[in-house]
Amino acid sequence: MATNNVYKPTSRVLWVDRFLALIRITFIGIVSVGVIAFIAQQINPQNPFASWINPDATGLTADQLKGLLVTGIAQGAMYGLIALGYSMVYGVLGFINFAHGEVFMAGAMSGMIISNKLSESGLWQDAFLFSLAFVIATSIVVSTATAIIMERVAYRRLRDAPRLIPLITSIGVSFFIQNTSVVLFGPGAKAYPSIPEWLTRKRSFLTFEIEGTKLLVLVVAAVSMTGLWYLVERTRTGKAMRAVAEDKEIAALMGINVNRIIVTTFAVGGAMAGVAGILWGILFRSVTHMTGFLPGIKAFSAAVVGGIGNLGGAMAGGLSLGAAEATAPLVVLEPLGVNGVSQLRDAVAFAVLIFVLLVKPNGLFGERLSEEDRA
Amino acid sequence: MNNDVGLKNNAPNKSQYPWLRAVRFSLLGSLASVFIALSGMPVGLDRRAIIYPVLSLGFLAILWIPVAMAAAAGNETVLEGMEARKRGFVDVGVGALVGLGSTSGICCLMVLIKNFDLRDPFVNWSPQLLDLLSYRQNISVGIGIWLLVGAGLGAFGGLTHLISGFSRRLILNFVFAVIGVSVLETIVTDLSEGFGLAWVTDLMYYKRGGLEIYGALFVGIVSVTVLLLLRRRTTTTRERFNSLSLNDQSRVKFISIIAGSLSLAILPFFLGKITNELLANVGLFVLLALGLNIVVGLAGILDLGYVAFFAVGGYTTAVLTSPDSPGFSPELPWPIALIVVVVLTGIVGLFIGAPVIRMRGDYLAIVTLGFGEIIRLLFLSDWLSDWFGGAQGITNIPGVEVGFATIKGTDPRSVFLLVLFFCAVAIYVSWRLEKSRLGRAWMAIREDEDVAEAMGINTTNTKLMAFVVGAVLASFSGAIFAAKVGSIFPTSFIMLVSIIILVVVIVGGMGNISGVIVGTVVLIGVLGGPKQPGLLQEFSQFKLLIYGALLVWMMLKRPEGLIPNIRRTRELHQDEFLQDAWLKGQIDSEEDNADSNVRKEGKNL
Repeated sequence: MATNNVYKPTSRVLWVDRFLALIRITFIGIVSVGVIAFIAQQINPQNPFASWINPDATGLTADQLKGLLVTGIAQGAMYGLIALGYSMVYGVLGFINFAHGEVFMAGAMSGMIISNKLSESGLWQDAFLFSLAFVIATSIVVSTATAIIMERVAYRRLRDAPRLIPLITSIGVSFFIQNTSVVLFGPGAKAYPSIPEWLTRKRSFLTFEIEGTKLLVLVVAAVSMTGLWYLVERTRTGKAMRAVAEDKEIAALMGINVNRIIVTTFAVGGAMAGVAGILWGILFRSVTHMTGFLPGIKAFSAAVVGGIGNLGGAMAGGLSLGAAEATAPLVVLEPLGVNGVSQLRDAVAFAVLIFVLLVKPNGLFGERLSEEDRA
Repeated sequence: MNNDVGLKNNAPNKSQYPWLRAVRFSLLGSLASVFIALSGMPVGLDRRAIIYPVLSLGFLAILWIPVAMAAAAGNETVLEGMEARKRGFVDVGVGALVGLGSTSGICCLMVLIKNFDLRDPFVNWSPQLLDLLSYRQNISVGIGIWLLVGAGLGAFGGLTHLISGFSRRLILNFVFAVIGVSVLETIVTDLSEGFGLAWVTDLMYYKRGGLEIYGALFVGIVSVTVLLLLRRRTTTTRERFNSLSLNDQSRVKFISIIAGSLSLAILPFFLGKITNELLANVGLFVLLALGLNIVVGLAGILDLGYVAFFAVGGYTTAVLTSPDSPGFSPELPWPIALIVVVVLTGIVGLFIGAPVIRMRGDYLAIVTLGFGEIIRLLFLSDWLSDWFGGAQGITNIPGVEVGFATIKGTDPRSVFLLVLFFCAVAIYVSWRLEKSRLGRAWMAIREDEDVAEAMGINTTNTKLMAFVVGAVLASFSGAIFAAKVGSIFPTSFIMLVSIIILVVVIVGGMGNISGVIVGTVVLIGVLGGPKQPGLLQEFSQFKLLIYGALLVWMMLKRPEGLIPNIRRTRELHQDEFLQDAWLKGQIDSEEDNADSNVRKEGKNL
């Protein structure tokens, strides 16, 4: 008689979940078909599976693949350096500092100005290493100053605001800095002075042919990463930073000056972005006001891929994103019969971000956030 | 920010002026004016006169700084239970000093330009700048004039603290009326020509732009008299309106809405081509902003890739109507194509919305931005150029056939009328949705998603609905855009468009239809859109800078926008509400059901 009142569990699997599962499977399917077709091509270009999907595909030689990987990893190292800033700020304050890419741009821009001045005086050519060190130092100063001013002017008052408010503000800050660069220094692309031949020469290293500049990028990135690791894991300041990231109020009760630690976080992130800016300038030898924009978003993607709040993860995420961006168009898309793949590099970077967030939203190496930021 | 200043007032010396604040503001002022001078605004905007021989827009870009800084230096936050500082002539004196400080930066800059050549990094470090800044005089004369002007303007800024609120309003009214009428010159002359009153504007404006001196005086005096005359009238009218019965009130509202829309509908026939074109562009952005308002303002989803739906709408229209569409060209008439466009954009909205809807709010923002870029890159790519034409785009899109006429870009008046129609539809839809069950569900989700879910709202479907409705409104805009321009390229759909629409929505007031419309009309109309020029064409170089600064400033000072939504304001200022309520002793254990929404700790926007 009470049959109508029998508890009937409703289906907990919503259609959105089904749809998401479908998207995940399709995504993985497409990528694996692309990779398998690529491998088939590499084994034998006349392979039926290879020619079935894209009869025109030619495959890559080992040297080409290695070259792509090296380029990707050198670029990825810069993404990683920028990603550190995103990751640290997200860990401490729980918002995306959209303008961090512009901090990187400020570093590249100031490096351009100083190195051109040095080049005019001849010092750049005569004492390259000394002037490089000088340029790196100044651009670190400029980037750090940009990051600190940004925190002071825009973000400090918004610490308790709803989460999206600082994000929107940072979009405005990013826009403002970009266009400040346009009105002060002009909209065109500006070139770095030429780099001595002994640096740009190709060297072979563990069967890889690496240009000296890319080697320099990797070395500087590794050194800065080690320095950052030492700062965060081995010093008192680093301990305080980790404590603030864990819980601001308790950290304050333990006698930590939370304000100063937050400023330090911005400063350290800015310094890393400044280093990355100079490396960018040396690698690509040109800078515009938009230089910071796409690398910034990609670096954020790298931070998410590696697990936000996780510094080692940010660096690894940067390297893997750089490598994926460089190789995926030719390894996955070309075998699938997509033409003009090099135009889709940026789309690949965004697709990686979406893919990681769909499949493993905590990133490859796990996020490190406090409870409240995870909500 | 400056609670310490307020606290100092409890010290014995009650009329102490906040000197530290004054120093800080003069430094800020001189930095700002040097920045503006080096950004090229004075030189670039000098051609545009506000009052013909006296004041150009270029100088106005610097001259507001001493006034604003002096006025701001005298402000103070008076907390409950503290006594305000007594105002006196010290305000004027310190104002003059702050003004002096603000212009001293310019003077230093002039000396530096004279003696050093830093043209290499700074593109505007030029003799023209020096020439202009020193009023084409000797540099020391120029410095003297600047210091005098700075002191005078600063004293004026300080003086505003001494006079009554109403006279401050009169002065502000005078100034803004003069600037406004001068800036709106194109529209005003156009309108007066349309009504056959060209002689008035011929008298008022100088022939190469800008008001004449007596024209400016005339405008200012008229605006002040209007304000004086209307001072009592508005309140009595409002009282009379409130005393009407509800039935009559809604009738009055209805009549005024009808009258307003009718006058808007006949307006284009009195306007020239350029003004109509401008208004049509503004209308397209109003459509986009209304759509984004539903997504961001009502549902609280920060969508940074909104341009994707605009692009899909535009490209679908182009493919379906243009005979030159490379892959598939059914050459449908526009209204039928519009139906397909709406359905298709809705589906794209679902496809983009479904994967992102579960993400954290900030990840969602970046991922939608990514989707926007992916869609643009796909339209641009060679891979899909067999359907969408790649970088060459799709050209030769026919206009809209409406029986007796064809609406296309060469006839901006008809485009404006078409846009107006769709804006009316969008306004009606937004208005009805806001009051509907769905709209209330959106607002509940915006305030707290978990609580909304506990109240039985299916949050996933509801948020997806916001995405779809926003997408459909954007697709209207895209379809009209395609028919208006007649050709479509991937460069029209850069990310900048999304950001500018976001700025416009935020400045106007998220979640408030009239706020969004006013914000769009003012910003897009005056400064211009991403590619479209506004009334101040000279500003095109600087508009993005201004948009960025405006966004930051709004977020810091007034996150609810110029014309706020009441509920939204409460959400954003709940701490202050709590504090005020606590100070007035109103929070007691009994009467908390009224404040429960205020008391909530909101994590979501």
